[in-house]
Amino acid sequence: MTDRITQDLTAARAALAPLAIEATGLVKSFGATRAVDGVDLAVPAGSVYGVLGPNGAGKTTTIRMLATLLRPDAGSARILGHDVVREADRVRGLISLTGQLASVDEDLTGRENLVMIARLLGHPWRAARARADALLEAFGLTEAAGRLTKAYSGGMRRRLDIAASLVVTPPLMFLDEPTTGLDPRSRSQVWDIVRALAAEGTTILLCTQYLEEADQLAEGIAVIDHGRVIAEGTPAQLKASVGSSTLHVRLLDPARRGDAERILGGRLAEVRPGADPAALSATCPDGDRAALAVAELAGAGIGVGEFSLGQPSLDEVFLALTGHVAEPEEDEAALSGGGRA
Amino acid sequence: MSTERRPPAVPPAPDLHRVLATAPAPAPAGALSATLTFAWRGMLKIRHVPEQLIDVTLTPVLFTVLFTYMYGGAIAGSTGAYLTYILPGVLTMAVLFTTVYSGVALNTDMTKGVVDRFRSLPVWRPAPLAGAVTGDLLRFLVAGSVVVLLGVALGYRPGGGVWGILAALALVIAFAFGLSWVFTTAGLLLRAPNAVMNVGFMALFPLTFVSNAFVEPDTLPGWLEAIVDANPISHLVTAARGLADGDPSASEVAIVLAVAAALTAVFAPLTSHLYRRGR
Repeated sequence: MTDRITQDLTAARAALAPLAIEATGLVKSFGATRAVDGVDLAVPAGSVYGVLGPNGAGKTTTIRMLATLLRPDAGSARILGHDVVREADRVRGLISLTGQLASVDEDLTGRENLVMIARLLGHPWRAARARADALLEAFGLTEAAGRLTKAYSGGMRRRLDIAASLVVTPPLMFLDEPTTGLDPRSRSQVWDIVRALAAEGTTILLCTQYLEEADQLAEGIAVIDHGRVIAEGTPAQLKASVGSSTLHVRLLDPARRGDAERILGGRLAEVRPGADPAALSATCPDGDRAALAVAELAGAGIGVGEFSLGQPSLDEVFLALTGHVAEPEEDEAALSGGGRA
Repeated sequence: MSTERRPPAVPPAPDLHRVLATAPAPAPAGALSATLTFAWRGMLKIRHVPEQLIDVTLTPVLFTVLFTYMYGGAIAGSTGAYLTYILPGVLTMAVLFTTVYSGVALNTDMTKGVVDRFRSLPVWRPAPLAGAVTGDLLRFLVAGSVVVLLGVALGYRPGGGVWGILAALALVIAFAFGLSWVFTTAGLLLRAPNAVMNVGFMALFPLTFVSNAFVEPDTLPGWLEAIVDANPISHLVTAARGLADGDPSASEVAIVLAVAAALTAVFAPLTSHLYRRGR
């Protein structure tokens, strides 16, 4: 009875705010190490949400708790309204996981891997084989279908891994560092797949240590460091929060640079002449002030040939937030086994 | 045929659209169906990685041939008599050594990350384990059959006939089932597949040799004879020998089944617990 009411309440709450993932105060320790130290997440359904952080920040541990593989020491999480501990079975029916290590069986062929998953998810043999073949074709793996996956390249293995997660299209997909260790071409293939999935309405939680990847794919980003969410927002908001965009201006007449420098200096900080005799740059806190400064140049009759407002990269964001640079190298070395060509 | 290969096409989004849009999801597999699917996986591995089976069957095959022809005359008076004596012992050795691979396979799964996928699927939780062990039974059967067929080819004709041999094989497999849980536990506790293999073989080698698998214990010093007599593998070999020779001992068979049941009762839940806990 109580369970029933709890369920109804949970369902009602989910209907009000359609969150795919709702985590509060997740904690997980391994021995003396607090891998995850109070993570809160609110991921709206139908979006690609990035969890960005360096190696060892607690991304994988967080995903493993959300995917019911680890029990949180404290805090709670709901997946589409279902508790990951109390309703673990229910949650497993709503998610699929593409782990950090490619979660395919190396001693089986690509086709056998997919048939196995399809059987486990309830397809009869014939339908399982048909499903496997359709997925292999869609992911460009038909030719390699009969080969053992240990002979696959890193990119092929990743595609098979993602295909295995799509045997039954899940409402929520976890992608844990899907491009770590991949060459640039395979990486862009995986990005295309993620975009296509998102376009179909699947919610994706994307863990990555690549700032560019989060910037390219995610609508919302949580930056994690030392097991905590240290910043959250859209890529643009995160960049804006660092504040220091750079305005670049090129004048039509290099002779007017002195005047321009004086005008810009009245509004913006750190006005610097560029190497090009007609170029200037300045640091500015936001776009509004940059626009006013450029308008003032034009108003003073100084011809502006071109101007641009360069946003800080996510690398700069990370540095500003954590005080240290994101270092992906370590992790790549550790994972070379999973991503060998 | 051109040797030049076109690079595999970048998966185009429209294709994905098509595969994603297909049929509504069926209900996930039930406990039995999921277990059988995992057993199927185990069988595929026997086919794709036959080395594992060859590794463990080659040693007993060599032992059978070497021991029979080198020492058979000296130990038992004739090669034929000795073959009748050691074949149940070699059969036991071959099948028990195969059990180590149950642990190796599980450890490999854990280190490769494929278990994460299994554990995140909405299927009966013990299904991967139950299926793996079911698949292993086939592996035991293959390893045992290789030894029996080799023996028959060399002239092994025990008193119990075909049924006696089959009964002995079945008993050895039953014991192996119990023992395999010990190695699945080890497989979940140890770090690397190689460690599981080393520990397994280091435990099984002395256990098989300090038994009555190859020699009558009468000739041993008293203290060693006592150890041999207490070794459960001695009981298994004695029981299997009795069945094959058409002279079964109910008490020996009962001891073997009791040990197998005890191993299962302790180590199957332990394996299951460790597996659920994950790494």
